[in-house]
Amino acid sequence: MINDLKDYFVFVGRCLAKTIEGDWRYFLWMTALSAVTLLGLNAYCKQFASGLMVTGMSDQVSWGLYIANFTFLVGMAAAAVMLVIPVYVYKDETLHDVVILGELLAVAVIVMCLLFVTADLGRPDRFWHMVPGIGKFNWPISMLSWDVIVLNGYLALNAHICGYLVYMVYCGRKPAKMWYLPFVFIAIFWAISIHTVTAFLYVGLGGRPFWNSAIVAPRFLASAFTAGPGFLILTLQFIRRLTKYQVSDKALMMLRSIVQVSMVINVFLLFCELFKEFYTDSAHVASAKYLFFGLHGHFGLVPWIWTAMALDAAALILLVLPLSKSLKYLDLACVLAIVGIWIEKGMGMVIPAFVPSQLGEIVEYFPTLNEWLICGGIWAFGLLLYTLFLKMTIPVLTGDLRPAGAAPGGPH
Amino acid sequence: MNDEERELDGGSGGMTRAAFLAGAATSAVAATAAALAPLKDVTDLPSLEEFLQQHYKELTPEDKAAILERISKQVEKDYGVRPNLTDQPPIPGVEFGYALNIGRCIGCRKCVYACVKENNQSRDPQLQYIRVLKMRKGSIDVETSDHHYEGQVPEEGFYYMPVQCHQCRKAPCVKACPVKATWQEPDGVVVVDYNWCIGCRYCMAACPYWARRFNFAQPEIPAGELNPDMGYLSNRPRPKGVVEKCTFCLHRTRNGKYPACAEVCPTGSRKFGNLLDPESEVSQIIKNKRVYVLKEEVGTLPRFYYYFDL
Repeated sequence: MINDLKDYFVFVGRCLAKTIEGDWRYFLWMTALSAVTLLGLNAYCKQFASGLMVTGMSDQVSWGLYIANFTFLVGMAAAAVMLVIPVYVYKDETLHDVVILGELLAVAVIVMCLLFVTADLGRPDRFWHMVPGIGKFNWPISMLSWDVIVLNGYLALNAHICGYLVYMVYCGRKPAKMWYLPFVFIAIFWAISIHTVTAFLYVGLGGRPFWNSAIVAPRFLASAFTAGPGFLILTLQFIRRLTKYQVSDKALMMLRSIVQVSMVINVFLLFCELFKEFYTDSAHVASAKYLFFGLHGHFGLVPWIWTAMALDAAALILLVLPLSKSLKYLDLACVLAIVGIWIEKGMGMVIPAFVPSQLGEIVEYFPTLNEWLICGGIWAFGLLLYTLFLKMTIPVLTGDLRPAGAAPGGPH
Repeated sequence: MNDEERELDGGSGGMTRAAFLAGAATSAVAATAAALAPLKDVTDLPSLEEFLQQHYKELTPEDKAAILERISKQVEKDYGVRPNLTDQPPIPGVEFGYALNIGRCIGCRKCVYACVKENNQSRDPQLQYIRVLKMRKGSIDVETSDHHYEGQVPEEGFYYMPVQCHQCRKAPCVKACPVKATWQEPDGVVVVDYNWCIGCRYCMAACPYWARRFNFAQPEIPAGELNPDMGYLSNRPRPKGVVEKCTFCLHRTRNGKYPACAEVCPTGSRKFGNLLDPESEVSQIIKNKRVYVLKEEVGTLPRFYYYFDL
């Protein structure tokens, strides 16, 4: 037992050592990310000292960019499940070699989610009030308490699955099913649950008609399964260009199919929502009107949402056309879809529910520079983390990193 | 790509790498220190006692006494006044209710300012629990109301609808809170423990009446304007980063007084009392007048009623 643990730590240590190897591009990338992370940290320290007054939020619009990013990223994390299902449920081996990279992405992204929630707290020093057992957890009543549980649980599940499987590859042993298969299947349901719970956070509020719609959870999942695999399509091409790790075109094309179908469903569900809002044309349409057309002379979100609509539409057209079988166009479609969904789910989903306020007042929300810096910092830190994970894992997967004394193996 | 890596790994590259990494580590430490610099401006870090304080409902009477003493000392230090800080328990057999005569209110906002003064709300930035909506006669759509009206009141063709916490029986804010920092007292008042709130503002998103306020900055009250009669769950000074709200002035009402807003109202539009007592003024109003609640459709069952005379 002690020896096993020791071996595992040696493994982690050797993986970590890999993170200080690389060419100038790697160091430039990491330096740039670190610099942006530090800018974000600096902005957060300012916020910590002065309070949330340094943000654009107000009593009327009490959530902003942090919660918007959080919502988008929960989806990115959940999207790993789209790689897991074909491999483990349908025994389709096409994506087998990239599943682990999807799960690592989930780990990095969940960390980002937790950072965004923390950045949004007025009293981060009281985080322990949320720790079950020592704090006072309002479970199962509060949807936010569910979110804390499912996010941390998902982080633990994915960290375990990745840690175990990569270690087995390193040791050259066949992974024991009991140590990962049950977790993989739990993680499938868990992935769906993190985004459903995050949707319920909004859906459950009767006082916010814009959110109080049964379609939010399906919409969240559809957009997540577009943006997440879309991000992986881009990442995998970087990986195969910059490392020895083989990623087949077939895998990329399978991800394309996933992104394609999800995007179609996403746009359809969005259309359903818009039909309900605008055709009914009740008093409850105010938020949607503000978002798309402006309300009583206030147009703050209009440029955002039409940008998103244009990006979504362009991505949809590219994805359904055979054109996107060419990687160049597929990449373009993925970038458009990711940015479009980021806006649609963030600024387009979180903010309009606060405008007009519950008492009909219109106060607009414009994020401050400090807020953008904090967001940029968290994004950079997430990318930094993901790069480190890849840097640690890929030498193991390609067979370059083996236990001392063992013969270096080929690709597994 | 990998050839380059191998080149860097081998031979003299090792030395360069070591030097490079050492340099990188040094600059990373320096840059991190610079990034953390704004923390030196932090003036309101909690003391260890404050940090470790348990949830209100877990406190023993001794804990509570110690906490009240600690807060009193802090107030004395900050404002130069020894406060009369208590934690008055709810009165058995009492459930507070509010009735507001929408036909009589003239929109003078005396209630708004009496409330700010009574409840030690921050003056800068200014924070108010009561919002008075100037509504066009013939409309009940809050979206067409004016929140920031000025000039002579009452104005012809308009009526005025003050809104504050409705102390809902099915309070969505209480459900939302992930740490039970806000709850409903036995007398119906929804309170916040300012020492337990984590500042996530989910309750603000949940409230259909826009009744909750957040301390985006350190609240500021001129020392001379502090109201020294304080309740732990109501008007003691709040720290930054927590949510607060109307408590029906429970430090007054649990001692048999009217809320400040009801007391100050020059038109007698504001009525307050015990819903469980059938003879109380509010009970009589609910029984005999034309009464409605705001946004009945959200189903939160407010204890705050609007009424009008014929």
